[in-house]
Amino acid sequence: MIAYLGRRLIQSLLILLGVSLITFALLYLLPADPVRQIAGRSATPQTVENIRQQLGLDQPFVVQYWHYLTRLVSGDLGRSYIQRSEVTELIVSRLPASLLLMVGAILCELLIGLSMGLIAAVKRGTATDQTLMVASFVGVSAPQFVVGLLLLYVFAVRLSWFPIGGYGTWRHLVLPSLTMGILGAGWYARMMRSSMIDVLRQDYVRTARAKGLARGAIIFRHALPNAILPVIAMIGIDIGIFMGGIVVVESVFGWPGIGQLAWQAIQRVDIPIIMGVTLVSAFAIVLGNLLADIIAPFIDPRIKLR
Amino acid sequence: MNSAPKTILDIANLSVSVRGEDGEREVVSNLSLTLARGETLCIAGESGSGKSMTALAIMQLLPQPAARISSGKIRLGDTDLADLDERRMRRIRGDRIAMIFQEPMTSLNPVLSIGRQLTESIEAHTSLSPAEARQRAIEALKAVRISEAESRLIQFPHELSGGMRQRVMIAMALALEPDVLIADEPTTALDVTVQGEVLELLRDLQRQHGTSVILITHDMGVVAEMADRVIIMRHGRMVEEGKTPDIFARPQADYTRELLAAVPRIGSGVGRQKSRHVETATPASVALVKDLHVRFDLRGGVFGRVTRRVHAVEGVSFSVAPNETLALVGESGCGKSTTAKALAGLVPYSGDIIVGGRNLSGLGRDERKAVRRDVQMIFQDPFASLDPRMRVGDLVAEPLVIHGIASREERSQRVAALFERVGLSADQMELYPHEFSGGQRQRVCIARALALRPKLIIADESVSALDVSVQARVLDLLKELQREFGVAYLFISHDMAVVENISDRVAVMYLGQIVEMGTRDQVFSNPRHPYTRRLIEAVPVPDPARRRSRFARLDQEIPSATRRIGEAPLKLALQDVGNGHLVAADR
Repeated sequence: MIAYLGRRLIQSLLILLGVSLITFALLYLLPADPVRQIAGRSATPQTVENIRQQLGLDQPFVVQYWHYLTRLVSGDLGRSYIQRSEVTELIVSRLPASLLLMVGAILCELLIGLSMGLIAAVKRGTATDQTLMVASFVGVSAPQFVVGLLLLYVFAVRLSWFPIGGYGTWRHLVLPSLTMGILGAGWYARMMRSSMIDVLRQDYVRTARAKGLARGAIIFRHALPNAILPVIAMIGIDIGIFMGGIVVVESVFGWPGIGQLAWQAIQRVDIPIIMGVTLVSAFAIVLGNLLADIIAPFIDPRIKLR
Repeated sequence: MNSAPKTILDIANLSVSVRGEDGEREVVSNLSLTLARGETLCIAGESGSGKSMTALAIMQLLPQPAARISSGKIRLGDTDLADLDERRMRRIRGDRIAMIFQEPMTSLNPVLSIGRQLTESIEAHTSLSPAEARQRAIEALKAVRISEAESRLIQFPHELSGGMRQRVMIAMALALEPDVLIADEPTTALDVTVQGEVLELLRDLQRQHGTSVILITHDMGVVAEMADRVIIMRHGRMVEEGKTPDIFARPQADYTRELLAAVPRIGSGVGRQKSRHVETATPASVALVKDLHVRFDLRGGVFGRVTRRVHAVEGVSFSVAPNETLALVGESGCGKSTTAKALAGLVPYSGDIIVGGRNLSGLGRDERKAVRRDVQMIFQDPFASLDPRMRVGDLVAEPLVIHGIASREERSQRVAALFERVGLSADQMELYPHEFSGGQRQRVCIARALALRPKLIIADESVSALDVSVQARVLDLLKELQREFGVAYLFISHDMAVVENISDRVAVMYLGQIVEMGTRDQVFSNPRHPYTRRLIEAVPVPDPARRRSRFARLDQEIPSATRRIGEAPLKLALQDVGNGHLVAADR
C-alpha cells in the first residue's frame, strides 16, 4: 500500500510537470500579448518594452519556463499581472468556494444519477425506464449555461425558493450544484443502468435469488456494490469535467470561486493566474483519480493495490 | 429406499416456453416426473434438451421475461409451485428446495465474504440470531469438509479454488436442510479429481440428511456414479426413464443407445484409436520441444520490481512425430495450454522449439512466420474463437490471405474443398458463425486450421465444449484427417477418456512439468506416477455396476505455481521404466 502510494505520487508529479509544460507552451504561443493588456492602448512602445523586460517576457521560452518552474517548487505561483497580488493568495482565498461547489455537485450527480440508473435497470423495458433514459439524455445534452439560467428563472425568479446568486448559505449552494450535477447525473444514470443490467444477469444474482433472498437484499447487497465499481472509477475522471464546468457555472451564479478567477484572467491574458488555476485543476484531477483507485479495493476485495 | 417411497416432488405435464424473435417455442414439453424422499434422480441430456430449464422452472427462476411455464403443475408436498406468487415462492427457495449451479467461479458474489453469503440465507429463512446463524454457517462448512471453517468465513470467493467454491455452494444449499436439492451440472467446471471428491461429498451428505437430489448432467459417467433413477431428455421431451442399471444395461430408446455409445470410455469406445507404432525418432519429428520454460513475472514494490514469478512451464521436453497424436493431459493450471501457446508462438518462452528441423528462436520475424504455417491451432470455445462479424468462408480463407497464398479465385476453391472435407457444404461459406451449431463451428475451426496444410495441429481442449454425440463425430473427423493428410496432433485435454480414445502417446503434466510420458497403453494400463493413477481413477465410469465405493480423498489443494524470486521449483528427473515409458522419480 505504501509502496503503491509512493509510486502513484511520483507519477502524479510527472503528470503535473507535463501539464505545466504544455500549458506554459500554449500560453507562450498565444497571439494575444499580455503586455499590451497591462500597458493599455495609449502606452508608448518604450513603456511596453519596459514592462516586457520587467516581467521577463522578453526572454526565450526555455528560460521563462525554467524560472517559473524553480519558483513553483518553492510553492510560488508568481504574481498576477493585473491584480497586483500573489497568485497563491488569490487561489487559496477562492478555493474553498469552488471545493464546496464541487462537493455539492458530486452529491447531486451521484444522488440523482445513481438512483435514476438503478431504478431504470430494475424496471428495465418499462415506461419508467424509458422516461428516465430520455431525462438523462436531456441532462447530458443540455448546455450548462442554459440549465443554469433556466433553474435561476424558475426557482429563483419565479418561485423565489433560492437566491439568484452569491455565496454564503446552503440555499446559495443548491442551484449551482444542481446545474453542475445535472450534466454528470445524465452520464451516471446511463452508466449505472448498463452496469446494473449487466450485474443483474450474473450468476451470483441468480444464486442470491435461489437462496430465497428478498428483492431489496438482492439489489442493494448483491448487485449494487458490483455495479458501482465502474462508476467510482468515473468520479476521478469527472473532476476534470467539473473544472471546465465551474468556469461557466460560477460566472452564471456569481460564485466567488477559482472558476470566476480563471474567467477574468483569461479575458485579460493574466498568464500567472491561468497557469495557477490550470495546475490546481490538474492537481485536483490527479488527486480525484488517486482517491477513486484507493476506494475501489474497499468495495471489491479482488482489487489489490500494487 | 423403502418399498413404497414417499413422493416429495411431483411434476405433471410441465411445459416451458421461451419467447424469441420468431414467436414462442417450447423448450420443455409435457414433462412428468416424480421424486421420492431420499432419492437421486438424474436428468441427463445434451445441450438444448431442456434439462436446465426444467430445474429453473421448479425454482421459478426462469429467465424473465422471455421464459414462462406455459402449462403443468409442480407439486412440492401439497403446494403447487407453478402458481405460487413471488413472495411465497421466496420462502420455499433456499429453505425447502435449494440449488447449486455449474459455475462455482461466478456463482458466488465476489464482493461479499463467504460468511456473509452463508449467513444471509440462514437469516432469511430462520429467526436465528446473527451469532447462531454464524455457528450454523460454520457447521455447514465443516459438513462439506472445509478445513479451518471459522477462518474461512472472512475470506472472499476469489481466495478459494473452484472446488472449494463449489463446496461453499453446497454448504450454502444444505445449511437449511432442504427437502430437495437441485444440482445443475455441479461438477462440469471442475477438474476431474475435484469432481470425484465433490460427487462423493454430495452422496455422503444425501445419505446423512435424506435429501432428495435432482442431478442435472450431460455426463453419463456421473449418472452411473450417482443416480438411483435416470431421465433422458432430448429437445425438451423425456425420451426414456428408468432405474439406472436398466438404462445402462437395456436402453429402450434409440437415442439413449446412441448417447451411451458416444460416451468415450477408457479401454473401450467405438472410435478408439488402434494401438499403432509411430516412429518417434528425433530427426523425423514435426515438432521437437526441448527444455521449454514459460514464466510470467509478477511485479510489486515502489519501482515495480519482479517479486514473484509464475512458473507455468518448467523444463518440458517432448517430440511429435508425423501422423501421430500426442496428448498432453493434466488439470487446470498444470501448464498444458501454456505449452501449446509457446509452440504456436503466442507467449514468450525460453528453451528450444524446433519445427520441421528449424529452431524458432534463431529465426527472424519473417522466417518464423513461414515456419509457423506448419503449426496451427484449434481452440476450446467454438463460439468465442470465430469473429462474429466475418463470414465463415472468409475466416477459413484468412490464413491463406495472411501468408499470401493463392489468388482470390483459387482461395475460394480451396476453402470450398475444405468445407466439403470437414463435413460442411460449400454454400455455407457465405454464412456467419452464429448461424451454426457448436459442432459445426468447431468444424469451421478445423477447416481454418487445415487451410495452410500444417504438419502439426494443436487442439487445445477442442472437443471439451461439445456434446458427447457431437464430440464423437468431431473426434472421428480429426482421425480421418490424420489418415488422409498425415498431420500430427498435439491434443490437449483434461478428459482422460477422450485422451485414451484418440492418442498414440500421452504426456501427463503437473505443476508445469511432465510427470509421466509414454505410449497410450503404457500410461493407461500401467500408470506409474501416483498423479497419473489419481487422474485415471477419478474419471467416473459410465457403468453403474462398477460404481466406486470410495474415492481416495486429497485433502490439500494443489500447490501454486507462483513462487517468490529465487525459489525455483525442483526439477523432476524422468526415468525410463522400459520401452520409452518415462516416469518422474518420486521426490
